[in-house]
Amino acid sequence: MSEKRAALVSLNNAGVCVSGKWLVRGVSLDVSRGEIVTLIGPNGSGKSTTAKMALGVVNPSEGSAQCRRDIRVSYVPQKLAVDWTMPLTVKRFMALSHTANEKEVQRALSSTGTEHLKNAQVRNLSGGEFQRVLLARAVVNTPELLVLDEPVQGVDFNGEIALYRLIEEIRTELNCGIILISHDLHVVMSSTNQVICLNGHVCCSGSPEAVASAPEFRTLFGDRAANELAFYKHNHDHEHLPDRTIQELNNVSPASPHNLGDDASKNEELKRHA
Amino acid sequence: MLDDFFTRAVIGGIGVALLAGPLGCFIVWRRLAYFGDTLSHSALLGVAIALLLELNITFTVFIISVGVAMLLLLLQRQARLSSDALLGLLAHATLAVGLVVLAFMTWVRVDLMGFLFGDILAINKADILTIWVGGLAVLIALAVIWKPLFAATVNYEIAVAEGLKPDRANFFFMVLMAAVIAISMKIVGVLLITALLIIPAATARRFSTTPEMMALVASIIGAASVWVGLEGSLQWDTPAGPSIVVAALLGFIISLLPIQWRLKRSSFTRANGGL
Repeated sequence: MSEKRAALVSLNNAGVCVSGKWLVRGVSLDVSRGEIVTLIGPNGSGKSTTAKMALGVVNPSEGSAQCRRDIRVSYVPQKLAVDWTMPLTVKRFMALSHTANEKEVQRALSSTGTEHLKNAQVRNLSGGEFQRVLLARAVVNTPELLVLDEPVQGVDFNGEIALYRLIEEIRTELNCGIILISHDLHVVMSSTNQVICLNGHVCCSGSPEAVASAPEFRTLFGDRAANELAFYKHNHDHEHLPDRTIQELNNVSPASPHNLGDDASKNEELKRHA
Repeated sequence: MLDDFFTRAVIGGIGVALLAGPLGCFIVWRRLAYFGDTLSHSALLGVAIALLLELNITFTVFIISVGVAMLLLLLQRQARLSSDALLGLLAHATLAVGLVVLAFMTWVRVDLMGFLFGDILAINKADILTIWVGGLAVLIALAVIWKPLFAATVNYEIAVAEGLKPDRANFFFMVLMAAVIAISMKIVGVLLITALLIIPAATARRFSTTPEMMALVASIIGAASVWVGLEGSLQWDTPAGPSIVVAALLGFIISLLPIQWRLKRSSFTRANGGL
């Protein structure tokens, strides 16, 4: 515990290759205690694969993935289907991989607003309820590293804001490191320390900008949301072509209509408005 | 008490049923019905090899079943064929090879029907000892790996990520399955083992709210099926192994009826309340 800033997990130029195809490569990231790293990117960009490398579920084909062995880890996967043949109450689901006493289960459930579902069957939950229960299960053992793969999928907008606030609270309370995969390319949690934009490799990374500073976003999402959400400004120096090849933007003629540089200048404009 | 063949059959059969319950639940949850089938088909190869080399049948069947399970894991890793094609291939290949080997041994007379459909009424005291001691060992081992095995059944990736080492649990589960098949082969025969694993578990699903409860209920239903089946076979002079499976099937059918009736009634009341 002496080395507080020591990384819980670190990927170093890591990549995964499955039957000759690279799912993702060249990813480097560090997550320390109390830090939130958000992964964003289009479908099939390797976000989940990157998270799985960090968890040790998938071994990197190149580079390295080091996760400290002596820490408590919790994982909320992107997909979890409970077979109809399996009777499973929410209460039993809480103790899936950890031994949790009644009080801890109660606390985890009430923190996600799902205590009333304690005796419900998991397969009967709605999408939003299920996401909350998944999150409750993940925090029941007070993890030191928490990996959340699209934790707000299927949750309505207000619920999404509430869940983001809850994740922020969990981070503050448990002082755990969090890897968060977001389905949104531009709007991320405002308390994110680092955003990594993936598309088969790291396209760009940086810290998010507060939504509160951009009036357009404030109008769009409302004041309450503005405190929880942030806007991530992409800064790509290359373009992905449909055949998955990558083109350096420096080589593109300035007349090119859909140049990401245009987006960047638009962002500049947005900032000036603020 | 154990001098009566019928009592021996009941005690041995109930031992197998108690054992099959919890393992059968995993077979149902993991959709491994065909895997259980494959292992039990390979049991015949085990019988043939045991007779050829004059080894203990139960032990040889266990070793061959473990071998087939490992072979399956190896072939799955190569991923040239889909899992169910591999299972079909292994199931019928081992069954056929077993039959061919048996045919070559002209000097042994084998009661093939006995191995295919079981000969529970021929159980002796040593068999009862094998069933109860072996069965207890299997159940204790299952209790030890229960948590990681169940977590891996719900979601393999969570189990890996949260440090439960599910691969180890999965391996031991295969070994336990092989053990159950070796132990129960004499009771219900290779063709009906899967039925005894699956039907009580499927019936128990309707009466259970947690996985542990389902495992317990499956054991009880299985034991009841053994008793009812044997009484029935005595009454109507039907073959014992299949009679047990028929009794289990009747239990499953009965379990479907009242639940559906209750569901209909409750939706009816709800509709009335809405008016």
